[in-house]
Amino acid sequence: MGDENKPSQTPKLDELEKGPWPSFVREIKRAATKSPMARDLLGVLELSYEEKVGHWKHGGIVGVRGYGGGVIGRYSDVPEKFPNVAHFHTLRVNQPAGWFYRTEALRAICDLWERHGSGLTNLHGSTGDIILLGTRTEELESTFADLTKAGFDLGGSGSDVRTPSCCVGPARCEWACYDTLNFTYDITMHFQDELHRPAFPYKFKFKASGCPNDCVAAIARADLSIIGTWRDEIQIDQAALKEYTENGIDIQADVCERCPSQCMSWNGKELRIADEWCVKCMHCINAMPKALRPGQERGAVILIGSKAPIVQGAMLSSVLVPFMKMEPPYTELKELVGKILDLWSEEGKSRERVGEFIQRVGLGNFLEAIGLEPKPEMVAHPRENPYVFYEEYFEEEPEAASETEG
Amino acid sequence: MANPVTIEELSEAMYRMVKEATGVKKLKPTDLTKAMMEHFGPERCSKEACKEALRRLMDSGRCVYTYYGGSFVELPPEEGTEI
Repeated sequence: MGDENKPSQTPKLDELEKGPWPSFVREIKRAATKSPMARDLLGVLELSYEEKVGHWKHGGIVGVRGYGGGVIGRYSDVPEKFPNVAHFHTLRVNQPAGWFYRTEALRAICDLWERHGSGLTNLHGSTGDIILLGTRTEELESTFADLTKAGFDLGGSGSDVRTPSCCVGPARCEWACYDTLNFTYDITMHFQDELHRPAFPYKFKFKASGCPNDCVAAIARADLSIIGTWRDEIQIDQAALKEYTENGIDIQADVCERCPSQCMSWNGKELRIADEWCVKCMHCINAMPKALRPGQERGAVILIGSKAPIVQGAMLSSVLVPFMKMEPPYTELKELVGKILDLWSEEGKSRERVGEFIQRVGLGNFLEAIGLEPKPEMVAHPRENPYVFYEEYFEEEPEAASETEG
Repeated sequence: MANPVTIEELSEAMYRMVKEATGVKKLKPTDLTKAMMEHFGPERCSKEACKEALRRLMDSGRCVYTYYGGSFVELPPEEGTEI
C-alpha cells in the first residue's frame, strides 16, 4: 500500500497548499524532505492550528559574543514532542542597501543556512533584514563566523539601532532626490556600535526614501524618516505635456483637480504651478513622468516619531527638519541624530519609542533640548498643534504694549 | 582636572554592579552608564568611556546581552540554566 492512503499528519496545514498561489506550507514541506527542523516545524504549526495556541517562547540569553543584537531567541514549549525545534532561533542579517545581491551571495547564504539551520529563510523581514529562520544555540557562533566570511554581518534587534533600510534610490529610480544607497551604507557604518550593542530605551529605526512616493513607507515605520524632496520648482516640459493630451490624458481632471493643494492650472496649452503651495505629493509627477520632474535643488525632509503598534498605538512621523542637503559625509544629520539619541537615552523610559517620548515631554521641550528652532512645517494642523507653546510671546506682550503706549 | 577613571576600573565596577543585581534587578546599559557617572563623577567618567568599558565586558564574555522585552546586561548563564 502506498503512502497516499495514509492519513496526512498535517490536515489543517494541507488546506493552505490548495489554490494556485505560492504556499509557505509547500515550501516548509519541501525543506522537510532534507531538514528535521523543518519537519518538526510543521508538527508544531499543526498543533498550534489544532489548539489555537502559539507554542513559542521568545527572548532570553542568546547571541554571539560581543553583540547584543541580530539573534532572536526562540524556544518551543513542547520540546518533548518536537525535539528538533526545541531551539528555533532567528538570525537577522544586515541586507545590502536597496536589497541588491549577486546570485553568488544568495547561494552562499542559502548554503550556509542549510549547514547551520533549518534551511528556511524569509526575504526580507519588515525592517529589511535577511531573516534566517531556525537554528540551535550551539550553532550561532559558527553560523556567524561563516556569515562574516561570506561578507555579511548581523543586523539589529532589541533596544538598538535597527538595520537601516532604503528604497532602490538612484540605482533604479529617476525620482531619487538623494543617494539613498550611499546614505544608508554610510549611516550603517557610522552607527555600528549602536547597531550591535543595545544602549537605548527601545528600538530606533532609520528608513531612507529617495522621494515623497516613499517606497519604503518611512513615514509610517521609522523613528527617523529621511524622505527625499526638493525646494525649487517642479521641472516642466510643455512639449511633453502636449503629447500626454494627444494620448488622451485629461490634465485638468486627472492632474489639476486631484492636486491636494490645488496649486496647478491648465489652460489647454500650458501648465502653470504655484510651487510655493506644492505639498510634494508626487501625484502630478507620477501621472505625467515624461513631462514633470522634481526640482533641481534636492535634499530630504527629516521626520521623527513613527512606529507600528507594539507597546502603544501606531504613530506617523512629524516633520523635524523641513529641508536638509543630503551629501556625504552627512555631518549635519549625524550630529542631529547624536543629540536625539543622547537625550532619549538619558530621559526615555524603558520601552518608550522616541515618538512616544516626544509626546510625553512635548515637542517644544524636545526641540529646545536638541537645539532646533520651531518651524511652521512642524505644525500638523493649524491651531491644533498641542506641542509648540509660544510662552515667551505671551510673557513679552505686556512690555511690548507698554512700550507702544509710552 | 581629576584623573579620568581607567576603562579597566570602569569595566570592573560595572561587572560588580551586574553581579550584585543578579536575581534582583535586570540592568539596562543606560542604568550602568548613569550609575558609573554618578559614582565616579562626570569630571572623571565620560559616556564614551562607559561605552568602551561595556564593550570590553561583552567582548570578553564576562557579561552578555539578554532580551526580555528590552535589552539588558547580565552575567552569562551557567550551563543548563532554564531561560
